[in-house]
Amino acid sequence: MTQVTYIQPDGSETKVDVPAGMSLMQGAILNDVPGIVAECGGSAMCATCHVYLDPSCADLVPPLAEVEIDMLESAASERKETSRLSCQLVASDELDAVTVHIPLSQN
Amino acid sequence: MVSVATPSTNTLPTTDFDPYDEAVLLDPYPHYETLRELGPVVYLERYGAYALSRHDEVRAVLADAETYCSGAGVGLANFFKEKPWRKPSIILEADPPFHARTRKVVARVLSPASISRLKSIFESEANSLVDKILAMGDFDAARDFSEAYPLKVFADAVGLPAEGRENLLPYGDMVFNGFGPINERFSTRLSETTNSIEWISQVCRRENLAPDGLGADLYKAADAGEITHEEAEMLVRTLLSAGLDTTVFTLCNAMLSFAENPNQYALLRENPNLARQAMEEVIRYEPTFHSFYRTTTRPVEIAGVKIDENQKICVIIGSANRDPRRWEKPEEFDINRKVTGHLGFGTGIHGCAGQMMARLEGEILLGAFARKVKSIRLTGEPVRHLNNTVRGFESMPARVVAQ
Repeated sequence: MTQVTYIQPDGSETKVDVPAGMSLMQGAILNDVPGIVAECGGSAMCATCHVYLDPSCADLVPPLAEVEIDMLESAASERKETSRLSCQLVASDELDAVTVHIPLSQN
Repeated sequence: MVSVATPSTNTLPTTDFDPYDEAVLLDPYPHYETLRELGPVVYLERYGAYALSRHDEVRAVLADAETYCSGAGVGLANFFKEKPWRKPSIILEADPPFHARTRKVVARVLSPASISRLKSIFESEANSLVDKILAMGDFDAARDFSEAYPLKVFADAVGLPAEGRENLLPYGDMVFNGFGPINERFSTRLSETTNSIEWISQVCRRENLAPDGLGADLYKAADAGEITHEEAEMLVRTLLSAGLDTTVFTLCNAMLSFAENPNQYALLRENPNLARQAMEEVIRYEPTFHSFYRTTTRPVEIAGVKIDENQKICVIIGSANRDPRRWEKPEEFDINRKVTGHLGFGTGIHGCAGQMMARLEGEILLGAFARKVKSIRLTGEPVRHLNNTVRGFESMPARVVAQ
């Protein structure tokens, strides 16, 4: 299980315990965290689950996958060094906690 | 290698259920309910294949492309044991790591960033088409509307010539019949499609495609060395087989869902900006794609049922989308539902590569419809089109009234 902190553009936070094996996108959708649309449901096809990984967590998760690199071209909000698709970030028992920032818009 | 597809545990229910029986194609949902209640995994004795009909198991299998491969074919036939009826698709029926190369190119060509350039032309065509059916009043919601739109805007977007487009739907129909068993429905369609296959193979050639379309984009990827030119030609054909019938039937299913649920149409008419999420609910509630297959690459256990290597598993997404374990009141069409996670486009690495195009077409056409049309009702019995894998209509007599 990973404790995920989702931070909204206005600074408000939601903490969710996401079970191992579940993506941060699914964790947000199932817990009504606003700002993650996830139209394609996790196939890395829509770029509407875009998040910014908190810089403090950069070394905690696997690097950008190739599908993310390509699909982030389609993100509605500014693409940054820390941009990720939350459908590709997966909670695990080895990852205690991670923080992501929700962008202003997804589509 | 395990050669006989016999059930390997006593707890596995077997059934003579036939997903391709005419009565099932006409109204599958009561059958799906029976199947879901029978167990998480059942054995289709008629076809020598396993079947999954609940959301969680279907999703898990689609998400694990290494264990449940597509390279043995996504139809009933096992390409590892028998000769394919056609050359396997280099994207749909390719497995990792080879799959990633073609998928990357197609995903880019069909990505939101790429197709956003089509938005304004899609909007003007949608407005024209809605005006046209309003002028008719009585119209065929299948032919005059749901077929007309993708055959115009998607075919234009790919860069096809205007002449000969009547070949597109029969060709896709034949391909999707092939995702089931090689039965009479498939064979009849295949024998009728000789001319269409020839036309399709001609228009997929670079010199016959518009230079600024999605088809040309695939050839540009070949120029850049990402794929071969032969592969580009095959991928254009994939766009044509996968991108027309599916969208046409989805639009048909939207028309039927709203005609039968006027309260939901009233909600959409009040707020046409709901069109995009309404299309999503259409695809959950009345999915176009109903079933296809994966093949086990090793011995597995699904919900306590042991399955040998190299076995066909029928994943019934049409049933998963109606599974009450996942959806509240699944039999209700509710455009305000939180519908993320439905399996109407599949999921995982083989999730529909054209799904953002489908959403764009659906949102724009349904939005234009909702802004201009006060009411829609059926004026006759809709005639279903029977296909082994996709559900839609031959005709749907209806009447629309302007705002």
